Amino acid sequence: MRLDPRLSQRLVKTLLWAMTGFTLLILIFIIVDISVKGLPQVTPSFLSQEPQDMGRAGGIFSTIVATAYLTLLAILLASPLGVGTAIYLTEYTREGPATRIIRFGAECLAGVPSIILGLFGFVLFVMKLGLGWSILSGGLTLAIMVLPIIIRTSEEAIKAVPQEYRQVCVSLGMTKWQTITRIVLPSALPGITTGIMLSVGRSLGETAVLLFTAGAALRTPTTLFDSGRTMAVHFYILAREGLSMPNAYGTAAILMVSILLINLTAYTLMQRLMKRYS
Amino acid sequence: MRGQGKFVERVLFLLALSAISSLILITVFIFMEGLPLILHTGLKDFILSSHWAPTKGYFGIFAMIISSLLVTLGAMVMGVPLGLACAIVLAEFSPERVKSWLKPALELLAGIPSVVYGFLGVIWLVPLIRNYLGGPGLSLLAGSVILGIMILPTVISISIDALSAVPDLYRDGSIALGATQWQTVRRVVLPAASSGIITAIILGMGRAVGETMAVIMVAGNALKLPASILDPVRTLTSNIALELGYAAGRHREALFATGIVLFVIIMILNLSATLITRRR
Repeated sequence: MRLDPRLSQRLVKTLLWAMTGFTLLILIFIIVDISVKGLPQVTPSFLSQEPQDMGRAGGIFSTIVATAYLTLLAILLASPLGVGTAIYLTEYTREGPATRIIRFGAECLAGVPSIILGLFGFVLFVMKLGLGWSILSGGLTLAIMVLPIIIRTSEEAIKAVPQEYRQVCVSLGMTKWQTITRIVLPSALPGITTGIMLSVGRSLGETAVLLFTAGAALRTPTTLFDSGRTMAVHFYILAREGLSMPNAYGTAAILMVSILLINLTAYTLMQRLMKRYS
Repeated sequence: MRGQGKFVERVLFLLALSAISSLILITVFIFMEGLPLILHTGLKDFILSSHWAPTKGYFGIFAMIISSLLVTLGAMVMGVPLGLACAIVLAEFSPERVKSWLKPALELLAGIPSVVYGFLGVIWLVPLIRNYLGGPGLSLLAGSVILGIMILPTVISISIDALSAVPDLYRDGSIALGATQWQTVRRVVLPAASSGIITAIILGMGRAVGETMAVIMVAGNALKLPASILDPVRTLTSNIALELGYAAGRHREALFATGIVLFVIIMILNLSATLITRRR
């Protein structure tokens, strides 16, 4: 016997909506659990004190500093490379074998798991180049990790800038480079910023890469050659070794809230850019 | 001025090679560090033996390969139906007003760090499995469920792109023939978007095979072939992350060799995703 198509449609729709609701519920559960148990731990002294007794007591100040250094370094290294790649792909070439190889490289790099990047950073930067477990080794490896994100978003952003803008510039006698630096890049800036923000979010949450490149020293790093423990690595160690549940939740809450805020802002920026030019 | 243009173009071309050259460097270094061990142990003994005792010179990763594949399979069973359901609802059934907040909300799942997934898995899921299903709780099942959730953003966003790329003409034609909305989705839209959806599933698999921190925390890391989904397992990624901190000599090489196997699996998945997308 066949079900009436309208009845089966109603059944299927209910099921699909229920599954979507379930997914949404998982998300809400994660956010609520971490915030409710973690945010009360986040006090000014938690943020400003050094961790004591391996993180059982005290705050997370040194891990905030290490996270900031590593993320900043990664962004400083990856942004010129990523934006440069995007400009080359969109403004300087036609689709051909060269662009295909470049895009393929970026796509594959995006698929490389972080543990492989960690292995690579460990053997090249930490061992072969003798940089040791350091902010520099970690930042270099993180930069490779976020490069594909910056390439992809910048390319999308530059492509969204209407062709007419470029034509007007050329008709005014501007060179290609002037057109790009004075018109195209400023117009695409919100999109490029989106890519950078997404990269910051990705770097904040990263653990596997950093465990083997930046190390896990709890002292506040002062130079590029010091080891540093990021918030995510600190959280992992607290949770895995059962050192302090309240501190683990507190660290997780700061991490999660900052990443979610960054990602939401990035998303809004990109939507606005796309709306303006479509 | 022309000279400057050429110069700029060359510099940009060099920058554009950064991603592909990083990829090549990664490949070269992982293979350089890991291949000596595979040649020393023999490929067959390395990937077909389950005896892993690095201090005694036994390097067999068969159990880890199988565990990685099983955890990934489990993640697919959990994540693909959920992800596809979300994608269909978002792309086909939800009004613009709902879509405008539901889509970014679901994308937030991608931003949650894998250590947080692992942590919540340990706190909530593992005791649940231990108390209601038995076993140690830290298990293949726990790993699969957590990974199933973690691949959702990948599956959802790529499937939505695939569904949205199907021209509205197809839908209109089908509706005009008297089909219901669901019949249209099932018989017209899904088949038309199938290659994109397969790409989404493959990339989700890549995500699951490569995930490390969450799996270490919830899967139990035992060094043997699992007999049931309630047994603890150690995946390829966990093996590397658990032992790299103190490994030296042959042992360290063996971890890079584990990385080679993982890398090859991931590259095969990525390549097939690229090929499928290109054929479209």
